[in-house]
Formats: sequence, structure tokens, C-alpha cells
Amino acid sequence: MLIFDKGTKGRRTEYIPACDVPVTELPEGDRRIAPLCMPELSENDVSRHYSELERKTHGVNDGFYPLGSCTMKYNPKAADAAAAMEGFTSIHPLAPKEDVQGCLEVLSTAEKYLCEITGMSRFTLQPAAGAHGEFTGLLLIKAYHRARGDMKRTKIIVPDSAHGTNPASAAMAGFEVVNIASGPDGCIDLDTLRAACDDTVAGLMLTNPNTVGLFDKNIAQVTGIVHACGGLCYYDGANLNAVIGIVRPGDIGFDCMHLNLHKTFATPHGGGGPGSGPVGCRADLVRFLPGQVVDRDAQTGLLSFSKEPDSIGDMRSFYGNFLIVVRALTYITILGRQGIPQASSHAVLNANYMMACLKDTYHMAYDETCMHEFVMSLEDLKDKTGISALDIAKGLLDAGIHPPTMYFPLIVHEALMIEPCETESKETIDQAVEVLKALKDEALKDPEDLKSAPHHTPVTRLDEVNAARHPKLRWSAPGDSAM
Amino acid sequence: MGSYIPATGEQEQEMLGKIGVSRIEDLFAGIPAELKVKGGLDLPDGVSEMEALRGMRSLADRNRIYRKIFRGAGAYDHYIPAIVSEVISKESFLTAYTPYQAEISQGVLQSIFEYQTYICELTGMDVSNACVYDGAEAAAEAAAMCRDRGRTKVLVSGAVSPYILSVVKTYCFGSGCEVEEIPAEGTATDVGALQKKLGPDTMCLIMAQPNYFGTIEDAAAIAEAVHAAGAKLVMSVDPVAAAVLRSAAEYGADIAVGEGQPLGMPLSFGGPYLGFMATKQAFMRRLPGRIVGETKDRDGKTGYVLTLQAREQHIRREKASSNICSNEALCALCAGVYLSAMGPQGIADAAQQSMSKAHYLSEKLAEAGFHTLNGRAFFNEFVTDSPVAPASVMRALSAKGILGGLPLGGAHKGEILWCATEKNTKADIEEAAEAAGAAAKDPAAAEGKEA
Repeated sequence: MLIFDKGTKGRRTEYIPACDVPVTELPEGDRRIAPLCMPELSENDVSRHYSELERKTHGVNDGFYPLGSCTMKYNPKAADAAAAMEGFTSIHPLAPKEDVQGCLEVLSTAEKYLCEITGMSRFTLQPAAGAHGEFTGLLLIKAYHRARGDMKRTKIIVPDSAHGTNPASAAMAGFEVVNIASGPDGCIDLDTLRAACDDTVAGLMLTNPNTVGLFDKNIAQVTGIVHACGGLCYYDGANLNAVIGIVRPGDIGFDCMHLNLHKTFATPHGGGGPGSGPVGCRADLVRFLPGQVVDRDAQTGLLSFSKEPDSIGDMRSFYGNFLIVVRALTYITILGRQGIPQASSHAVLNANYMMACLKDTYHMAYDETCMHEFVMSLEDLKDKTGISALDIAKGLLDAGIHPPTMYFPLIVHEALMIEPCETESKETIDQAVEVLKALKDEALKDPEDLKSAPHHTPVTRLDEVNAARHPKLRWSAPGDSAM
Repeated sequence: MGSYIPATGEQEQEMLGKIGVSRIEDLFAGIPAELKVKGGLDLPDGVSEMEALRGMRSLADRNRIYRKIFRGAGAYDHYIPAIVSEVISKESFLTAYTPYQAEISQGVLQSIFEYQTYICELTGMDVSNACVYDGAEAAAEAAAMCRDRGRTKVLVSGAVSPYILSVVKTYCFGSGCEVEEIPAEGTATDVGALQKKLGPDTMCLIMAQPNYFGTIEDAAAIAEAVHAAGAKLVMSVDPVAAAVLRSAAEYGADIAVGEGQPLGMPLSFGGPYLGFMATKQAFMRRLPGRIVGETKDRDGKTGYVLTLQAREQHIRREKASSNICSNEALCALCAGVYLSAMGPQGIADAAQQSMSKAHYLSEKLAEAGFHTLNGRAFFNEFVTDSPVAPASVMRALSAKGILGGLPLGGAHKGEILWCATEKNTKADIEEAAEAAGAAAKDPAAAEGKEA
């Protein structure tokens, strides 16, 4: 039941005292006309409502969540404890710098660590999410070419295996998107890339390991080809969890990048956000960074903000999702120099183990050592049984497992992309493997039952077509025809 | 060193055996050796949870916590009921991701549907999205919705937050749209200047109600002028004020946006915050980001799904209405819990008290020599002059544990932007005004320095 259908008129909880100053009325012409139609509830009503909603939500705490490319690793509670400290939560973003030295130290230390992990010169922590970071990085590339008077660079090259955010971000930054086909190995085809590179190319966006879970071994040639035509290379850090502590984007020819603190650095995904998408760049792009950078005054020893001379401006208010940065800093502090490469090593170990367990049962799109994730193609299964990637995904729901990413990357048909993460145990993976094998059996023996899965979730498959055709996007009072 | 890896040495060997390699390093053999990090990263050694939290605590302790805050300017110190942090700390809400799998995400999806309803109620609009990053970014996304054949110029009132102006400019550097600021006349939008700038190339005007200076604009007149030129009106509103103030739709706005932080989010040094966006039905398919809709399952049971996805990046790629993927879902949940707890009376009370207390502060500051400069009615923020340098007034207030108003720059240099909320008591207000008055008479003494 929706919260709007609960409660009763006149019920309320008093949270603030009565007004102790004379009341000032709004001018008559500025007063709200339509009364606010909101539920009137006791705190108990509110508490039970959200507890019910929580029970109908699957988080990482509820079970295995191998959602490829989203890095749904365990979110350490120490990071939440740090982010809940009043010395962080109650600080006004425009308080004087002498009063916020602890916050500035958080930003400064986090930036320093991220630079070391990626090989970039500086980072802005302002972008609020990965896609926001991509847009930021592309504006840096745009500003770079403009500052050189090189106005003809209007194109961004994006491989067809890229996340949808890449081309969407490039379009927002005013670039023409040149999609290039991946080679049969799922990686960049060097000849195709060479053919696309000329003096109208502003840059390339690349995820490495890519979205099929493979590290592009030709990466040095790839970045070399783009640089040779005068373009810059943007590293989409979505899959950085595979290589932290092992490879640094700055060492393999990338000029700027974003990373997702909510993936690689274990901050909780929040049901869709808030994330954080810091953007790093090489030294000669630093002058274009948005927002404000933190530096220490050599004389006073105080940290303070300053604006870069040719800054592209601001991507949002203030300094980014600060409490997410607090969490990521806590995580990096705990893992340290040994724990960071151990995380990527075990992410890759778990993915390869799970792939090895499944490869006799399902068809692997690329049957070779993978990085942190692997992609299965269910095309053959669908041809044989009518059971699709979607059906297998829905079958997993009944086993309490969040399905892998479905139908992505676009270059693999009937794709299921599995990213187990380093924080999952062998027992969890073994159990998921058994479930996936049983689903394959079911597909062969009793496909009809699987086509109607899930059977044990709060709702069964929902009619998405009808939802889009007749959008009902808000509650309306009974008898009210509002949408 | 801390670690969250469950594999034991024995399990590691078993797993490697199944894969058919002898060491984890072998799994990275495909990466050319010359590209790998040599000698490890230059990071400190890992530490235990106890040590890490001790370190974070010492950083938190280096920030000064003000119990009396009279500063807003985009971040507002409203009271937050205890239940809010309790609910948004629930692990399933905290650790889930975007509800791609509707059957096991009904809780998140329903909370977004309820949030969309609340935003529609507060703004008077027909449809809301599931949120964007923050208020300033929401304004930039709204401007992008208004682009049309021949209309490529965004007008921005000079009386909006500097962050709105800056973010809109940055986004337009990307899209190639032109941005023109209309300098404020005092603390309000200059309607005369606006009328001269409006033309057939205008996409929209971005204004705020109440505006950055707290002034309640003549929004109806502005809406009329904008619409007469065939342009759209993007109105940034304060969601708490919206409980009592005429709604964006009632003023005639086409798109309502705003900073959702006042709805239960702590100040948090600027984030995470919440960008809300709502519009008329006709504009629905131009909205960026996630939208949740109601539908039925196979058994006819009501449920919720992500919908109208044909606008989004994962389907449309470079033709999407926006690139947004992750948003600020937990903050949207926070807003929903806050509004559910406060209720219609509670939120209206918080709004009314904020306004009344700002006026009381304005009155007391006037007695202390700081005169309010808003020519029109104001809500819970206002601008004063200052008989002495604003920085010295702030230091004097700070010596009493009070975070005073924000010293302004640019055309308003020498002026102070003050804010009050329901959290400021009558006694706090009088104390702040008295301290400011003392500073006005003798700045050095009030700061606790030798004269």
C-alpha cells in the first residue's frame, strides 16, 4: 500500500516547538492555492511503512549481487560509521576555511591516494556519479583543444562495447560520436581505430578491462594511435576494480579518467545513488579542472580552496558528494598498499573460478582468462529451448540471487555479464553455480515453468509495456484523474 | 591490515586448481609486464578498523561544529527528525543499486514513486523524475530540456545562486547553447532588462523563487513576459518554502527544479544533496533520468517499474535526453521519509517558522545597525548592509559559537546574506544580533582582540 493511502486526517507527530517569535505572513498573492495533499501519519506508521519497503528490497546484505560492471562488492560498515560522524555531517559548505580543515584534509588526502592509484596528476572530486565524471572529462578534452586553437576536433571515438553513458556523455559535450566495431576478440581492432583517427578526432573513450571482461593487451598501441592523430584518451574507470594496484591508467597512455567511488572503493550504491565520480587528469589538463582544488598554504600550513585559471566551471554545487569521499577514504585507509592489489587479485580470482565452474554448462562469449567479470551468451540455449537470458535471470530471483547484467554488452547476443567481486566467498559462488546449473536443466526439461519465473518474489513479472504506454507516474487521490 | 576478502589460503589453492593455474599472478599474464605497476603503490600500510576510525575521528574533530547557524546560501540547517537517519541507514536501501530487477526491488521502486508524488505536490507539476545530482545541476538539465529549433539561448536571472549560473554555463559549454545573465536589480530579477533580452532565440529563463537573496520575486509578471516571447520558464524553488508559498506551477513555471537538501539531509559539507525536477505532462518525455511508473504483474497485482526508458542512455546512447545513470536515490528516499514524518502541517510549520524567524532576525539586526536591503518581501533569507567589514562581524559571531550570514562578493560586496530556520530560537537570534551590534560599534573588541 502506498504511503498516501495510509494515515488519517489530523494525525501528526510534533517534531519542532511552537514558534517563539511574532508570526510574519506571506503576501496574499504569494500564498499556496492548492492545499498540500500529503499523508498524515504517526511516527509508528512511518516506521512500519519503510520497514515493509525494506523487506521488498534486495541489497548486497541480502545476498549475492553479481551485477556485471556495477561492482556490487560488500560495503564495509566502518565507512558508514565515519560518514555518520557529526564533525562531518554538521559542517556548512560555506563555513570559513579555518573551521573546516578536517573536511579539507579528507578531500586532499583522498585526492592524493587516487592520484597514486591511477597515475594521474590531480583529481576533482566534484562529479556526483560516473556519467557525471565522463561528461566532466569530455569537457576537459574540449577545453584542451580549444585552448590550443584546434577547433576542428569535433569527434569522439567510442567502441560498440561501451556503456551507454559514453556516447550519451560525448553528445552532451557537443561531440559527434563515432562508434567503432570491436574485433572478434572483443577488443579494439587496431586497423578500424587507425581508419577512424584523423585531425577531427578530439579523443577516444575506453573502458579497460572492457565490458566483456578482457584487458586490451594492445592498449599501448591504442593510446599511441589516438595520440598520433592529436586526440586524447579518456579512461572510463567503471572496471578499475580489476586492476587497482596492478595497472595505472596514467601509465598506459590515458590523459584523463573518472573512477566510481561507489564501485571500486566500496561505497554503498544507495538504491541508485549517491555515487561519486572523481575525474583525474595529466598535468597539462589540470588548469581546466572544475570546482575548486585544495592546496596547503606553505606559510600558514592551512588547507584552502582555489580555482584553476582556465576552469571549465562547476559541474554541481560545492565540492561533490563529500560523505561518499569520507567513506572511500576510510576504505582505502583500511586496505592500504597491500589490500588494494589484493582486492583486484581476488576479484579476478573469483571471476575466473566462477567462469571455470560454469563453462561446461553455459557458452562463454570469450573463452579465455577473464578479468573481474565474464560474459555468457545464451543464444544457443534460446534457439534450442526458447529460454532467454531474461528467463534465466528471473529464475535466479527465486534463489535469492540478484541476476547478472542482462543484454549487455550489445555485441554479445543474449548476454549475461557476471561480476562476482572479491568480497564473495567460495561457498557463495559454489551455491550460485549450482543454481545456474539447475536452471539450465530446467530450461531443457521444463521451460514453461521457467518462463513464468519468478514465483516467490513480492510480485511476478511486471507489464513494462503497459507502464510505458499508459504512464502512471504518481499517486492520485481516489476519483482524481491526475496522472 | 584490514581486508574484506573471505577466501582462505586453502580455498585460494582449490580455486586456482579449478581454473588450472598455480598462482593468482598467472591470471594477469595477459597484461604486458611493462604496463604493470612496479614495486607496489606508494600508499600507507593498511590498518585495522579501530585505527582507521580513530584517524577519521581526528579529522572530524578538526572541523568546528556550530550550534547556531545563520548561514544558508544553498545549504540549510533545518531540523531533521531522528527517524530519517534511522530509515535511510537500513542496509537493503543503502546497499542496493538501481532497481533494474523490479521483482526484488519493489521497496526502492515504490519509495521513488512516492517521492515523485511528493515532488509533484510541492511543485504543483504533473510529473517528476526520480532525481538528479543537486539543485544547480537540475537547473542545467532543465535548460537542456528547453532547446528547440532556433532557440539556443538560455537566460539566467542574476538573482539565482552563483552555483546555478556556473553549472548552467558549464553544461552549455558542452551543448553549445549561449548563456546570458541578466544582472539583478538590487536583490530581484530586473524584469525590464529581462523583457529587452527575451527574443525568438530564447530557450528559457532560469529564475529562483525565493531567489538567492531570499526575495520573493514577482514571478507571475516574469512568467508572463517569458511566455509572451515563446520561451519556457524554469523555476528553482525551495522545497520547504513550497509548503506555504505559491507553487511553481501556480506561478506559471514550465519546469520546477530545486535543491532537495532542506528535506532531511544534513549539511555534510555540501553533499550528498538532491536535485529534484518536475514538469507539465506535455514535457514528460524530455525529462532526464530515471522515472518510476505503476503497472500490474502477471497476477494483476499492482507493482512499480522503471519506465519511459526510451529516453535513457542505455537504450538511446548518443540520442538520449541525458547521460545520467546513477542519481541520488538514497537522498530521494530521505526526502520521502522526512516529508512522511513531518506531514503537511509539520512541513508548513517549519516553512512558516523559518520565514517568521528570518523577519525577527532582520528586525533585531536593523536595531543593531544592519539594514535589510531586499526591496520586496523575503522568505527565510535576506541581505543587509554592514556598518563595518563583514569579515570582522563574522569573527565576532564566531567567537560566540555562531556561524553568521555569508559575506557577499561582486556587486554585493560589503553586504551580508543571512538565513534563519525553525532551529534558531528567539534567544539565539537576539544573541546573534547583539554580537553583530557589538562588532559594529567596536570590531576589535567584539572579536576578543586588544583594541
